[in-house]
Amino acid sequence: MKKLTKIGKISIPVVILCLATLWILPMWQIDLRAPQYPGGLTMKIWINNVTGDIDIINGLNHYIGMKTIHKQDFKEFVYLPITMLSFMALGVVVLLLGKKIFYYIWTSLFLVIGLLSFYDFWKWEYDYGHNLDPKAPIQVPGMAYQPPLLGYKKMLNFEALSQPDLGGWFYMAAGVILVAVCVIEFKKSKPVN
Amino acid sequence: MKKFPLVLFAASAVAMQSCKMKDTESAVSGDAASKVYVAPGKHDEFYNFVSGGFNGQVSVYGLPSGRLLKVIPVFSLNPENGYGYSEETKDMLKTSAGYVPWDDQHHLELSQTNGEHDGRWLFANANNTPRVARIDLTTFKTMEIIEIPNSGGNHSSPFITENTEYVVAGTRFSVPMGTEDVPINSFKQNFKSTASFISVDKNTGGMKIAFQIMLPGMNLDLSHSGKGPSHDWFFFSTYNTEQANTLLEVNASQKDKDFIVAVNWKKAEEYANSGKGKKLPSQYMHNVYNEETQNTNSVIENETIVLDPKDCPDMVYMIPCPKSPHGCDVDPTGEYIVGSGKLAALIPVFSFTKLQSAIQGKKFEGDYYGIPVVKYEEALHGEVQKPGLGPLHTEFDGKGNAYTSFFISSEVVKWSIKDLKVIDRSPTFYSVGHLMVPGGDTRKPYGKYLVAYNKITKDRYLPTGPELAQSAQLYSIEGDKMQLLLDFPTFGEPHYAQAIPAEKLAPKSVKIYDIMKNKNPYVSMGEKATKVVRNGNRVDVYMTAIRSHLTPDNIEGIYVGDEVYFHVTNLEQDWDVPHGFAVKNAANAELLIMPGETTTLKFVPTKQGIYPFYCTDFCSALHQEMQGYMRVSPRGSNVPLKFGTNVADSAKVTASK
Repeated sequence: MKKLTKIGKISIPVVILCLATLWILPMWQIDLRAPQYPGGLTMKIWINNVTGDIDIINGLNHYIGMKTIHKQDFKEFVYLPITMLSFMALGVVVLLLGKKIFYYIWTSLFLVIGLLSFYDFWKWEYDYGHNLDPKAPIQVPGMAYQPPLLGYKKMLNFEALSQPDLGGWFYMAAGVILVAVCVIEFKKSKPVN
Repeated sequence: MKKFPLVLFAASAVAMQSCKMKDTESAVSGDAASKVYVAPGKHDEFYNFVSGGFNGQVSVYGLPSGRLLKVIPVFSLNPENGYGYSEETKDMLKTSAGYVPWDDQHHLELSQTNGEHDGRWLFANANNTPRVARIDLTTFKTMEIIEIPNSGGNHSSPFITENTEYVVAGTRFSVPMGTEDVPINSFKQNFKSTASFISVDKNTGGMKIAFQIMLPGMNLDLSHSGKGPSHDWFFFSTYNTEQANTLLEVNASQKDKDFIVAVNWKKAEEYANSGKGKKLPSQYMHNVYNEETQNTNSVIENETIVLDPKDCPDMVYMIPCPKSPHGCDVDPTGEYIVGSGKLAALIPVFSFTKLQSAIQGKKFEGDYYGIPVVKYEEALHGEVQKPGLGPLHTEFDGKGNAYTSFFISSEVVKWSIKDLKVIDRSPTFYSVGHLMVPGGDTRKPYGKYLVAYNKITKDRYLPTGPELAQSAQLYSIEGDKMQLLLDFPTFGEPHYAQAIPAEKLAPKSVKIYDIMKNKNPYVSMGEKATKVVRNGNRVDVYMTAIRSHLTPDNIEGIYVGDEVYFHVTNLEQDWDVPHGFAVKNAANAELLIMPGETTTLKFVPTKQGIYPFYCTDFCSALHQEMQGYMRVSPRGSNVPLKFGTNVADSAKVTASK
């Protein structure tokens, strides 16, 4: 079994550090703008919390019968930190073992977690935007209020912009590093054959 | 040839026509419009606080646009938001003579530190029932009102010292001290004027009458504190030193000169602290609004410390000043004191340095009831000759220029303090009273604009019947010549005004009250905490308001003659979402409840019936649905107390206590 190169070894603590930022920086932000909210409304999603103008957004959304957002309703805020911590711990194991194959597995695991997280996020947004109270005072036929997964969308009088926050960029940097190092490791092992 | 005279006549008629008298529409030139245009979405450069005169309130305008931003209720009831009507605020208008629901608000002064605006508080005087109010500039709310005893016509007020150590209150209508019943024509023996010094707490702004200086019976008109070198002094103008008590128009205009009273307040403070004053029984009310409990604490005080100049040497001096002086203004350096004899045709300017050496050299021409009168020439810096007719008030631009308003000749005149030469004059429409340069009575005027607050309006705006708005006029004073930019109407009759750069206040403006800090004893912390409690004839309704319902919105078991207290808590925590609350047939007013606040409306139903109540302040798309009903049953009937919002019948029943 091939051993990890120096670049591969150094990349592991870098990836772990990138992921550690998720506990001090928000991952994602959704900005809302409407004429009567000149300063805009912001919702920030953390690895274990949701902050920003949640109360105001909740107050607004009751007109159209959307569910109110509460931190305790998200089981993700428990699972996601555990998953990420386990992933970071596995990195230490990969570093100790120092084999390329484990690095490849570690990277695949990251990609799986990432895809699952996005799918979960999209599913929540879908539910949040579609599952409306049938007794809601304002009902627009055929209208759903699913926020965009990434990018800009106009919903009634609101404009919504969904994008990674600083922590999210670090998360993606971790992914880019992992894939790039895999490519380097794979290429460097070829000439020996 | 016979036709010739006719042609001549026609020609001269045409010529006469073309040299008709100037009318008042002229005056605006060039780029005036662009100088006052504040584009939609943009903000004004200055907050302009304008006294409300006989409406008893304070108006807030933006400059240079002249747009009205708010009317702050101070000395008058305000049914629009419940000020003076709600249980929380009604005691703000309490005096030792009971509830006084109106006053005549004349002058304003922004708090200062080192002679410059610090943007913390605004002080306002009440002329009729002597009072001084303090307004908080983060909430634009009246926080405190203190009554002034031994006074009538609290006119030379609320001028302040350079670090807001004291706010003064000077008597325009002398009255007897104490409670003795005396004839009016015993004015000379029994009537006194007082200069009250109200100390202001550095941190809380809390006011307290520290001492009153008892002066002979005369009219103290206006005042201003010294600055810099004259920091320790306060100057009051006087008229009616003739001591007339009837037909003052004639009898108080006899003397060639009245006085400017120079008070060494530092010395007075020492005398008061060392026990030189006499304790005089005097009842006055002190009302303080508590932002936490949202209630007014009203306390009756029973005595004041009175300093008599006879017992306190070197505390008070008089400077003769021509013809019933009105304005008494001190320039930014603190060296020059401008007295404006309102019946005079010149402006005397006194020098603080000369005044000091005159006092030291005892250059007195006599005394007035034992108070030394300094010789006019010994204190005089000089006179501005032929400035206009009837000078009233003077403000400064910080560049060595003074601007004086002239009531009789209806103009503003710019003159140089140093050489006392008139530089420019501009007509005002009509009969200007006070004028104001932003920061114009501080050590560091901001300059740029001048606003003339006119006493007479006539044809300046579309006519509205016999009663017209008042007229203010904005001038640019950036160039050598004053330039008229804008007319804008104002409420009441504005007297003095203040202006402060927007950036000093806007960032501190409160948006909501934190509901977690709401310590009102009748708060409902959430809808689950709402209830209706009966105690004898008193019924307390603990109600909440949030878009877009009131809880409870159905109330039964109220009887005719009950005293129903609606304690409405606005649960919103978002900017600009107040709720209003009104009940059919309520004999007082509505409430406007700011986010996070609890406010109480008292209602005593006099007739059996169903009483709708609702939110009056358009709050959301479902505002029209924000309503409820109270059932009032005949006294003696047996309807159980029942209340709730959207609960099944009989689900929520509380037994009568």
